[in-house]
Amino acid sequence: MTIAILCIAGIGLVAAVVLAIADGCLSVKEDPRIGMVVAALPGANCGGCGFPGCDGYARALVAGTAPNGACAAGGEACAAEIAKILGVEAVATERRVALVKCCGTRSEAIRVGDYNGICDCGVAAMTAGGDKGCTYGCLGYGACANVCPKGAISVRDGLAKVDKRLCIGCGKCVAVCPKKLIELVPASATIHVLCNNPDKGPNVRKVCGVGCMGCHLCEKNSGGKEAGHFTFQGFLAKVNYENPPTDAAIVAKCPAKCMAEDPHFESGR
Amino acid sequence: MGRYFVLMVSAVLVNNFVLSRFLGCCPFLGVSKKLDTALGMSGAVVFVMTIASAVTWCLDRWLLFPNGLGYIHTLAFILVIAALVQFIDIAMKRFLPPLHAALGIFLPLITTNCAVLGVAEMNYASRAGFGEAVFFSFAAALGFGFALVLFSGIREKLAHADPPRCFRGIALALVTGGLLALAFMGFSGLDKGLERIMQ
Repeated sequence: MTIAILCIAGIGLVAAVVLAIADGCLSVKEDPRIGMVVAALPGANCGGCGFPGCDGYARALVAGTAPNGACAAGGEACAAEIAKILGVEAVATERRVALVKCCGTRSEAIRVGDYNGICDCGVAAMTAGGDKGCTYGCLGYGACANVCPKGAISVRDGLAKVDKRLCIGCGKCVAVCPKKLIELVPASATIHVLCNNPDKGPNVRKVCGVGCMGCHLCEKNSGGKEAGHFTFQGFLAKVNYENPPTDAAIVAKCPAKCMAEDPHFESGR
Repeated sequence: MGRYFVLMVSAVLVNNFVLSRFLGCCPFLGVSKKLDTALGMSGAVVFVMTIASAVTWCLDRWLLFPNGLGYIHTLAFILVIAALVQFIDIAMKRFLPPLHAALGIFLPLITTNCAVLGVAEMNYASRAGFGEAVFFSFAAALGFGFALVLFSGIREKLAHADPPRCFRGIALALVTGGLLALAFMGFSGLDKGLERIMQ
């Protein structure tokens, strides 16, 4: 009995001594600023900065290989705090949020078939472009909602909707959307064109009741071409987010009803 | 050579650690959602199990058995394995940073893993020689890794499936694990047959 106790205690002692020596001799001296920067970051590990988690971004920041301000989740307050730790200037960045550029709900946009396959936009898009008549529109199978680290996206009436308050602008939904219709826009911009179809007006009308026809009326109502609030790709109006329109009256004047003021919804969380 | 081949087949396919001995079920379910984490975990388990069995074998033969302390071997093994994994963690961080980056986060998970302790217990019970014990541990860990990688491949595919609500997540994983174990039952007797051919 005594031998057994001594034996176990001895093993424990030897292990403790070895570990203590190993910790002293072999430990890697890390820059203490890495820990401080990690503490300053939000810890969401969303990967929006392009590094593997907050830890990876903190290492790159301390090493000087990453720009301060790439963290969309932390925003300006976080960048300022990191700047204080590292003694560098924060790069001013505006908060960006995801916008789904489609407003063709189940009642407005025509569905050309029944899709009963795997409930994922990517798979649905591979099946003859999906069941929606408009091949540019939101399929509503929620690939973006599944990939969102903050649960900011939910599918309502066949359309993905982003909660502006929860969105951290990591861009994962932008990458996963097979129709490429999600865009990161400045959070301060309120007037958006919710369509992604560059086809001619009549062709758009055949498949969707609220598609952009490229009539240029939004441009005319916001001060003409010189004002530069809109750009056009084919027959599709796009808001110029470098210089976004501010007059909300143009939304109601859109004949196609594809414009909206602050279309982000609040999920109630 | 032939004996080692039979031992390998037996440990990987017939008496698979997860699927027929039911050891190491928590990492089997916990880290099998993605193939790359499953590969990392498998690598860490192979590494730790091989070294741990060598150390526990020495402990058993040179300290516990000669002093008639065989009855406390489980306690001693837990202590030594826990200390060893910590030591490997520290040493790897210092000398092999790339390997630590790949396996590091899995090492603390293995500290108290039943598969690692289980293999030490089996070596203790079988009274195998040093080479055989270490090789068996390596093969058993390889079997664990094989099952984990297979399972994660299936789970990655299943992530796209649309099962009834009550089956989502871990329930479906458990059913799948059971089916995989059933499939591995098909290998039973293979080691005996091979042994006969080898003779």
